[in-house]
Amino acid sequence: MAEELTMAEQAAEWIISFFNVTDPKLVKDIFEQVPYLLNNLAFAAWETIYSTVLATLFACLIGLPLGVLLVVGAADGVRPLPSPLMKVLNVVINLLRSVPFLILMVVVFPLARVIVGTSIGTNASIVPLTIAAFPFVARLVEGSLREMDRGTVEAAQAMGCTPFQIIWKVILPESLPSLLTGFTTAFITILGYGAMSGAIGGGGLGNMALNRGHTRGMRIVLYVAVIALVLLVQAFQSIGTHFATRLDKRVTNRKARKSAQKAKRTFGPPGAM
Amino acid sequence: MIELKNLSKVFPTAEGELHALTDVSLTIGDGEVYGIVGMSGAGKSTLVRCINLLERPTAGQVLIDGADLCAMNQKQLIARRRSISMIFQQFNLLMQRTCLANICFPMEIAGRKKEDAQRRARELLEVVGLPDKAEAYPAQLSGGQKQRIAIARALASDPEILLCDEATSALDPKTTRDILHLVKDINRRLGITVVVITHEMAVVEEICTHVAILDHGRVMETGSVEQVFSNPQSEAGRRLVYPDGVRIDRLPAANVVRIAFNGGSSYEPLIASLAIDCGVKVNILGADTRNVNGQAFGTMLLGLPEDPAEAAKAAAYIKNQPNVTMEEVRDYHG
Repeated sequence: MAEELTMAEQAAEWIISFFNVTDPKLVKDIFEQVPYLLNNLAFAAWETIYSTVLATLFACLIGLPLGVLLVVGAADGVRPLPSPLMKVLNVVINLLRSVPFLILMVVVFPLARVIVGTSIGTNASIVPLTIAAFPFVARLVEGSLREMDRGTVEAAQAMGCTPFQIIWKVILPESLPSLLTGFTTAFITILGYGAMSGAIGGGGLGNMALNRGHTRGMRIVLYVAVIALVLLVQAFQSIGTHFATRLDKRVTNRKARKSAQKAKRTFGPPGAM
Repeated sequence: MIELKNLSKVFPTAEGELHALTDVSLTIGDGEVYGIVGMSGAGKSTLVRCINLLERPTAGQVLIDGADLCAMNQKQLIARRRSISMIFQQFNLLMQRTCLANICFPMEIAGRKKEDAQRRARELLEVVGLPDKAEAYPAQLSGGQKQRIAIARALASDPEILLCDEATSALDPKTTRDILHLVKDINRRLGITVVVITHEMAVVEEICTHVAILDHGRVMETGSVEQVFSNPQSEAGRRLVYPDGVRIDRLPAANVVRIAFNGGSSYEPLIASLAIDCGVKVNILGADTRNVNGQAFGTMLLGLPEDPAEAAKAAAYIKNQPNVTMEEVRDYHG
């Protein structure tokens, strides 16, 4: 290892003198950090995707039923629930959403030890990510379902649908494109949160950017990790939009729809909900 | 048979209670095409939603074949609703399903076998004249086509009653006519009782056998379409039958009578013979004829002479004519 570093240093010295580089540190950094990136970038990216996909999945599994409950259980819903219950549900969701993620993470990491056996690492970070994201998903789902035309629900009621049939066969299928757009937004938000969890032991690109790039001053690692995060966001957003558009049978003019969807996208710095 | 007994519906609003329906009683016989007309805000939509209990009346009874819907539990109500279909102004199709799947929907929720349902759905597509639209999505159809699919869907559950809530109000006149013919045809062929909610008298004229006129949540008059059209008894009825109003405000405040020609006699030259036989001259203040179910109905607003003796003479003459009814108009301000 030491020999390799010397070789890299020697090569760097040579290039600096030969090309008469004005910023000799940059060349040194390249020779020092590129090998690190080659060895670690793919795994960090994998860790990020892995934890984000799982956390999104769990957040949707909890958030979807909650969002449905928020809509159908409302006073004007298809199966109104007692209003005290709805109030409690709303308060709990708002409460969870109002705790800053960094603090939630610190509080919840011990819980991760109970659930996944460790409070450090990528698996552990899935627990706080899920807990932070499911109330957000519930609100996204609520918004999507409320967008639906009330007349369609009324028609289903008039046909003699049970409340369960209305949820399962009318509300959810009719809202599917909108739900998919919401899930994509959730995925990207969780990706941003996951980067933050790198600060206290979570793995992935965020960890790489913070612990290597920032703390140890490896600026190239920092830039590359951030660029990788940006590319991931772009890729998953495109996939999400693609499916949401393709599944939507209301669309007769796909091109027009796509640009409309693009305008609706929620861009923003990772971590902003 | 649908019997509505003393229905009332009150909506609580921020500005106090809103009485959408007040003491509404109607009887709709089997196989009738029953029109419920009124201006916007008269309570028509609330009334039709009370028939399948989408809207629960504050007071009163909804009897369908003698069974009170308001007294049913959720399960019984759901079962009963499956024999009461409804079509809407905005069609309310499932946008993410093909037309075929839309028509299958009521059969699907009733637990009918899939192949069975699809066969029936294809038959219904034929009935509504869109056999080639099975795999199309509603977004690809025109308004009239969407309503045809909605009608096919409504028929899929073999209903006894079809409720039409402003079903043609979003369509152009030609399409409206086509859809109304389809509904009339269905009524005739399948004997389904049809309740038509509309604000357009033309729709009633086109397909209804009976009509109720609703105003401010109250039933102002009911009767056969012939009766109500030839001789509306209520102010609301007159406003609907003669929407342009009869311009009487410019006329002398003499005796004004409305006469109605009930079929057959409409083309007799009544006014001329009145002048010749009695020597009385009358003013024609307004006239209108309508073709209702193939019969000509006309009304005329006449200003009788100011001299009471002459006026009485003219009135007596008119009353003696066959197929002509006459009534005095007292409130003929603008």
